[in-house]
Amino acid sequence: MSANFVALAYLIAAVLFILALKGLSSPISARRGNMFGMIGMAIAVLTTLTVTQNLIYIVLAIIVGGAVGAVVARRIQMTAMPELVAAMHSLVGLAAVLVAMSAFYNPVAYGISPLHASNLIELFIGTFVGAITFTGSIIAFGKLSGKLGSKPLHFAGQHWFNLLLGVVMIAFGIMFIFTESWTPFLIMIALALTLGVLLILPIGGADMPVVVSMLNSYSGWAAAGIGFTLNNNMLIIAGSLVGSSGAILSYIMCKAMNRSFFNVILGGFGGGDGVAGGAGETEQRPVRSGSADDAAFLMGNADSVIIVPGYGLAVARAQHAINEMSNHLIEKGVKVRYAIHPVAGRMPGHMNVLLAEAEVPYDQVLEMEEINNEFADTDVVLVIGANDVVNPAAKTDPNCPIYGMPIIDAHKARTILVVKRSMAVGYAGLDNDLFYLDKTMMVFGDAKKVVEDIIKALQH
Amino acid sequence: MSSAIDPVIINLTVFVLAVVVGYHVVWNVTPALHTPLMAVTNAISGIIIVGAMLAAGPEQLDAGTIMGLVAVMLAAVNVFGGFLVTQRMLSMFKKKSK
Repeated sequence: MSANFVALAYLIAAVLFILALKGLSSPISARRGNMFGMIGMAIAVLTTLTVTQNLIYIVLAIIVGGAVGAVVARRIQMTAMPELVAAMHSLVGLAAVLVAMSAFYNPVAYGISPLHASNLIELFIGTFVGAITFTGSIIAFGKLSGKLGSKPLHFAGQHWFNLLLGVVMIAFGIMFIFTESWTPFLIMIALALTLGVLLILPIGGADMPVVVSMLNSYSGWAAAGIGFTLNNNMLIIAGSLVGSSGAILSYIMCKAMNRSFFNVILGGFGGGDGVAGGAGETEQRPVRSGSADDAAFLMGNADSVIIVPGYGLAVARAQHAINEMSNHLIEKGVKVRYAIHPVAGRMPGHMNVLLAEAEVPYDQVLEMEEINNEFADTDVVLVIGANDVVNPAAKTDPNCPIYGMPIIDAHKARTILVVKRSMAVGYAGLDNDLFYLDKTMMVFGDAKKVVEDIIKALQH
Repeated sequence: MSSAIDPVIINLTVFVLAVVVGYHVVWNVTPALHTPLMAVTNAISGIIIVGAMLAAGPEQLDAGTIMGLVAVMLAAVNVFGGFLVTQRMLSMFKKKSK
């Protein structure tokens, strides 16, 4: 089939990918958008099949990989989405490295023989971004799935060492461009693989959503880089879409934590050094605590209730219970809504998916910015499994490590209920003034147990 | 000025325009769907499968084609896994059931 025809088919696929992303502007259009994406991918793959030999092997490889993907997609738990996404980034990274090596091995297959200097530069860039994505994502996967422990790992001179490694890697890349030989190419890949590990190891804890978004971005840039080498517009367009998407998500996550991108990359938060802030004032302050029955009474008699869920809710597997509880409240004529902080889950938008899975209608679930003005007119706020994102010190105390971080204005409501296991601190290691307000009532216990008790009390 | 445009410039043109389009489209994605966005971009970055298929394309099997085939398999995991898990997530987002 002619190269022109292939290029036109790729153009159609590219437009379909754009429509797939556009569909996500609302849950109503999103499913159709996803369908567009699948059609686009089918067009791209089928068109490419017409210009390759070894059809049986290729189709077999697609079937094997596709079957694995399909099984995982069906079985994966929604709480494990961050791990899945990280694992998939690593696959793209590795695939990019393999394609780059193959292109260097046999440039004729891509019609880019002899290799020009520009091809070699592009090959170098695509390969090292792919390699960093590959190992970086494996480390991210290990941390997210708890196999590695999410604690940031530091050693002395880490940043200088990474910088040195990066410089040496680029030096070998330049050597590769001039010599066109395998040795510097392979050394460069090995250094990039090491760098991927070292860059992600020092980041952890609350910063993981940024890491996942960042690797999402890298996986796109790696694909685009390979597209440059192969002069393939399909790869360039799709890769750029993914790259910009990941970059925007990283930006949104950083902004939601009031942290600069570099600050996150260089690591340090969510580890040992953030704790210093609250350590000085450990005197016991009185809190008001109550039972699930009290909480049920307060919410049952309210006009409006806003639920502020945090990841603790998902840890306690209380999503379904909270939906049942809000249905009981709605039956009593209470207006119930959910307020979601951008970093409520372990990846962007994670909490929304967890609530959707528990059959919470999405029109009850509002973003922080949409609902923050309404807390002053709200009777009861139920904070459950969340801590730092409702800490008013982020607004009032310039000395506090999370000062400037946008928060959910739970403290403005008439009554605040906080469900918590104990008075333990959150990710940032801070005490939370919200817990000590006169209008706050703490309900101690496991989130799921407490919510179930509230449901029982509401049924009376 | 020579009449032929270097393919690098054409690639760069496509790249810059795609980034601009991506930027605008992604800012319009509702924050509630950021996780499905990430899953679907996972699937889309599986487009590397096209490069992998070309690598696996030449008739004689050698190191190049075998690396290509492995890459096809890896990318296929992303393509199928990404789109299907996105579909699964999106089907959960429902309005009030009444």
